[in-house]
Amino acid sequence: MTSPPASAGTGTAPAVRLLGGAASLGGRPVLRGVDLTVRPGEVVSLLGANGSGKSTTIRAVMGSVPLQRGTLELFGTPYGRFRAWHRVGYVPQRTSAASGVPASVREVVSTGRLSRHGLRPFRRRDREAVDRALDAVGMLDRAGDGVGNLSGGQQQRVLIARAMVGEPDLLVMDEPMAGVDLASQQVLADTLEREVRRGAAVLLVLHELGPLEPLIDRAVVLRDGCVAHDGPPPPAAGQHALPGHDHVHPHGGDHDRRARTTAPGLLP
Amino acid sequence: MLNAAFMQRALLAALLIGVTAPAVGLYLVQRRQAIMGDGIGHVALTGVSLGFLLNTSPVWMATLVASAGAVVMELIRERGRTRGDIALAMLFYGGMAGGALIIKLSPDGSMANLTSYLWGSILTVSTADIATVGVLAALVTAITFGLRRQLFAVCQDEEFARVTGLPVRLLNLLLAVTAAVTVTVAMRVVGLLLVSALMVVPVAAAQQVTRSFAATQALAVGIGVAVSLTGTTASYYQDLPPGPAIVVLAMVVFGLIGVLAVPLARRRHRTGGGGAEPAACDLVLPGPREDTGSGQGPARGAALAE
Ligand SMILES: Nc1ncnc2c1ncn2[C@@H]1O[C@H](COP(=O)(O)OP(=O)(O)OP(=O)(O)O)[C@@H](O)[C@H]1O
Ligand SMILES: [Mg+2]
Repeated sequence: MTSPPASAGTGTAPAVRLLGGAASLGGRPVLRGVDLTVRPGEVVSLLGANGSGKSTTIRAVMGSVPLQRGTLELFGTPYGRFRAWHRVGYVPQRTSAASGVPASVREVVSTGRLSRHGLRPFRRRDREAVDRALDAVGMLDRAGDGVGNLSGGQQQRVLIARAMVGEPDLLVMDEPMAGVDLASQQVLADTLEREVRRGAAVLLVLHELGPLEPLIDRAVVLRDGCVAHDGPPPPAAGQHALPGHDHVHPHGGDHDRRARTTAPGLLP
Repeated sequence: MLNAAFMQRALLAALLIGVTAPAVGLYLVQRRQAIMGDGIGHVALTGVSLGFLLNTSPVWMATLVASAGAVVMELIRERGRTRGDIALAMLFYGGMAGGALIIKLSPDGSMANLTSYLWGSILTVSTADIATVGVLAALVTAITFGLRRQLFAVCQDEEFARVTGLPVRLLNLLLAVTAAVTVTVAMRVVGLLLVSALMVVPVAAAQQVTRSFAATQALAVGIGVAVSLTGTTASYYQDLPPGPAIVVLAMVVFGLIGVLAVPLARRRHRTGGGGAEPAACDLVLPGPREDTGSGQGPARGAALAE
């Protein structure tokens, strides 16, 4: 866990290779043979309707949902033997960053460094990485605040920082932009672009491509647990990002509410 | 009073309990499992009775049985919520009933013996007990403070922790056993029925005024030590059972901090912990609305992201 084997072939092996992945939840087949490959430096977006199996695919790739059939390799290593977790950064589909006891933004983001320092002490370079990641999502000035006191979109940005703080070669993000305002999305898109240029692979679930659109190399569209499309991003999806498009977002309640009360509500 | 040898032992035990109970309770509360300590306490009762029956140390036997119970609870939790609450309830009742039955079977055990374990007693803390308690408390302290970052990550977001490569399952089991050990460390003074209160109440009291996990840990342990020592001393002079005295004190501290929390937060804001934010809007709106059309959020958000 702390001393990963020097993995062979950063440049050659795909970061994610899922072949014929099938999984059930509560006895119901949810994935029915999903093929998904993400190569280093590639940005792949998972699209699809609510309940089409996007989160389940992500969780299968991260090992939280066991595969019934199919094979999964991360960086060319079969999942069962994969130990190089410091190469992976993960943003789960948001519930909440808060728990039963107060935790500061810095403490939550620091857990993303555990893949680097493991059981050894937290050192200065870990601390600096946390500062950089918080700066990248524009939350450095709130580092000492409790995560429970942040808005939904701010919590989401904290979770993104937590995923990036380990300087991963593969970023897996489930609706990272849910509840994040457009300007912050642009900031995150720029950050992501730097990561990609560094050679990182990105797999992310999106409902709207938004400011990320120019980054996306490939879109995989799921329908009822099957891949319905694997290729260039469908142009229709891009329309959602056009200005004036009515934002009705299933997970963005917090932000939308805030935006409404701060912007037009001030006017008589 | 300190020349009474048993009082010295009782105070030492109280100190160890004041440190360990909140230190473990912190993680249980974080995982929203505050009543797990209660379950372990009930199971430990069977262990105490078994100790009498088999004529071995009740403390060690309780540690053994409570650890086994805690591991079972953790495995049930891990396997999902389905009927988990019923299984836990069974463990509670089984532990309590088993303890009461077994004590009747043992030759020199009686309900009276059990009562001192249920409510705690400073008079019965023997030298052998204090050695056992010392060893176990050192173990618990090393784990809860030494593995703070790891345990924090696991209790904060288990799914994420797994992807950092932490041995999540091992850490969960370690935490369960640590909680069980803490219960048996504390049972001599506080009593099995109220151990859980000392694990939870100081944490609940502390988190009314803290914003970080580390600060909550420090303050909760501070409160735990203060109320254990004060409660034990008071019970010596007033001839009260120590467990209830300690717990009532902890509740009083909880209430006091609750009353002080609001003015404290206000002052922290005024003296500017982060940035001094004005309480009123100081933006002057340009002209009669032209820049804000129907598009919301984004324009405002720009300022936020800068
Ligand atoms: N814990 C569960 N038990 C049983 N079925 C589940 C569970 N979680 C999800 N499902 C089912 O699996 C299917 C896929 O769910 P999934 O979360 O992968 O959808 P999604 O594509 O991520 O949707 P969304 O856009 O809403 O996030 C859904 O039909 C859902 O009902
Ligand atoms: Mg989803």
